[in-house]
Amino acid sequence: MLEFINNNLQLIYLIILMIFVGIELIGHVPSVLHTPLMSGANAIHGVVIIGSIIVMGQAHEIVSLILGFFAVVLGTLNVVGGFVVTDRMLEMFKKKK
Amino acid sequence: MQQYILQIIYLIGSVTFILGLKYLGNPSTARKGNLIAAFGMGLAIFGTIFLYTDSNGEHLGNLGFIFGALLVGTVVGWLAAKKVQMTAMPEMVSLFNGMGGACAMLISIIEFRHLTSTHTADAMADGVNFFSQIPKGFLFTIIIGMVIGSVSFSGSMIAWGKLSGNVKDKSFGKQQFINIGLLAVILGLAYWDIMGESANTITIFYAILALSLLYGILFVLPIGGADMPVVISLLNSFTGVAAACGGFLYDNKVMLVGGILVGSAGTLLTIVMCNAMNRSLLNVLIGNFGGGSAAASGASAGATGTIKEVTASDAAILMKYAKKVVIVPGYGLAVAQAQHVVHDLELLLESEGVEVKYAIHPVAGRMPGHMNVLLAESNVAYDKLVEMEEINAEFSTTDVVLVVGANDVVNPAAKTDPSSPIYGMPILDVENAHHVIVNKRSMKAGYAGIENELFYKPKTSMLFGDAKKALNELVSEIKALG
Repeated sequence: MLEFINNNLQLIYLIILMIFVGIELIGHVPSVLHTPLMSGANAIHGVVIIGSIIVMGQAHEIVSLILGFFAVVLGTLNVVGGFVVTDRMLEMFKKKK
Repeated sequence: MQQYILQIIYLIGSVTFILGLKYLGNPSTARKGNLIAAFGMGLAIFGTIFLYTDSNGEHLGNLGFIFGALLVGTVVGWLAAKKVQMTAMPEMVSLFNGMGGACAMLISIIEFRHLTSTHTADAMADGVNFFSQIPKGFLFTIIIGMVIGSVSFSGSMIAWGKLSGNVKDKSFGKQQFINIGLLAVILGLAYWDIMGESANTITIFYAILALSLLYGILFVLPIGGADMPVVISLLNSFTGVAAACGGFLYDNKVMLVGGILVGSAGTLLTIVMCNAMNRSLLNVLIGNFGGGSAAASGASAGATGTIKEVTASDAAILMKYAKKVVIVPGYGLAVAQAQHVVHDLELLLESEGVEVKYAIHPVAGRMPGHMNVLLAESNVAYDKLVEMEEINAEFSTTDVVLVVGANDVVNPAAKTDPSSPIYGMPILDVENAHHVIVNKRSMKAGYAGIENELFYKPKTSMLFGDAKKALNELVSEIKALG
């Protein structure tokens, strides 16, 4: 346990700092923007796709390849769908003359 | 060299996520923020494909499959996101969130398979229990990522089904205890597996997978549809944490930053939403709402009486000669796609010299801000949408309130009936106005599944029918009045 923490100290620092950044960023958002914000955050966690690309790129046997293919497809759906949906929502907030 | 460039790309990606989230919090910069984050994501994805090297300095293989999968996902995701109706937006977010969760789940499964196939061969030779040799932290990260990812996946699918009306609220007695028990079993099995004390590590791993999927279903199933925004927001932050587990697994900073940012921001957003409904997160989580409302709808069956129906022409007269009309939009407006007609009605009344405003309850519709998005689509001016605290002071000087497809957010039981499941939720005090016209399709209860005594008040008259049709009639009746 202690060893694990020590080996990953840098990442743990990063996690703690990011928790605070995340809280600060959302702190004072008007409720009007809650839905687009949730949707935007939804697209950002699509970053998980990078993990799926890495496993896919290193897969050697057929089952891993198939599972990896699905993982990349699902991750892409999350990223592309997430950002496009958010953009569509926000398009409607554009300034009226 | 390439490895260094990739790390810088990840650094840029992380900064774009932070900036993107920051800009998303302000109406004037929100769109830019989304694009910045999307740009950073694209950079990180292509950087990974071309520049990633493993510990032996080898590049990623299977590029054809990777690009094929990217293409499939992009085309499907793009079309789905472009085609979806504005009203179905919440479902869509839930669906995409589930995809992210499933992606995290699959990564863990593949990594586990990889782990077992490499270590089994070594261990066979040595004749020892191979799992005792795997770094515990590594296995822990894989299993936690899988548990969170699969709960998020199956939970999001149920939330999606509920919002689109395919899945009904279901709860059975003592379900909270079953859920907590199930969670304890999952955690216990995970601990057992990580410690590597069992010979059946692989079987246990898949048992954890199955139970996690089941837990996601049971977790969301009893929660009332009105709470789905909160649940989606929470599952959203779960997926963030699952993505961060991947970051830990691959020592990948951009995954870690993106995942944790969404995890913490999403959790805070969830709590803010709960506060808007004046309920604690715990209260939402243990599924009190769904179970409680079933009992409460029986209890408040006393809220019956006579209702008064009004014709479109009478309602038209009432509104045309009013000084001030406040429109309360709800989910019914969204379902009927009546956002354009309601804007026509607003313009028509204004041309008759009537002051028109919209009263926006923070949780009207199926998501906070749902109504703002919808009405903005039909070009309703931003400053006409008044938030709850502000408009509540104005109802006493309002002649006519037109409630379009909203129910729970105007239910006085939230203030008067301590046994009501929505008791304590701030509501729009429409009953202070001189007249209340409620447009609904039928007398059916709202999403919380409870009766609304507002409909039986002497001031209230009901205008039954589909929101779009009813509003169209109103518009033509007002025009006919000249």
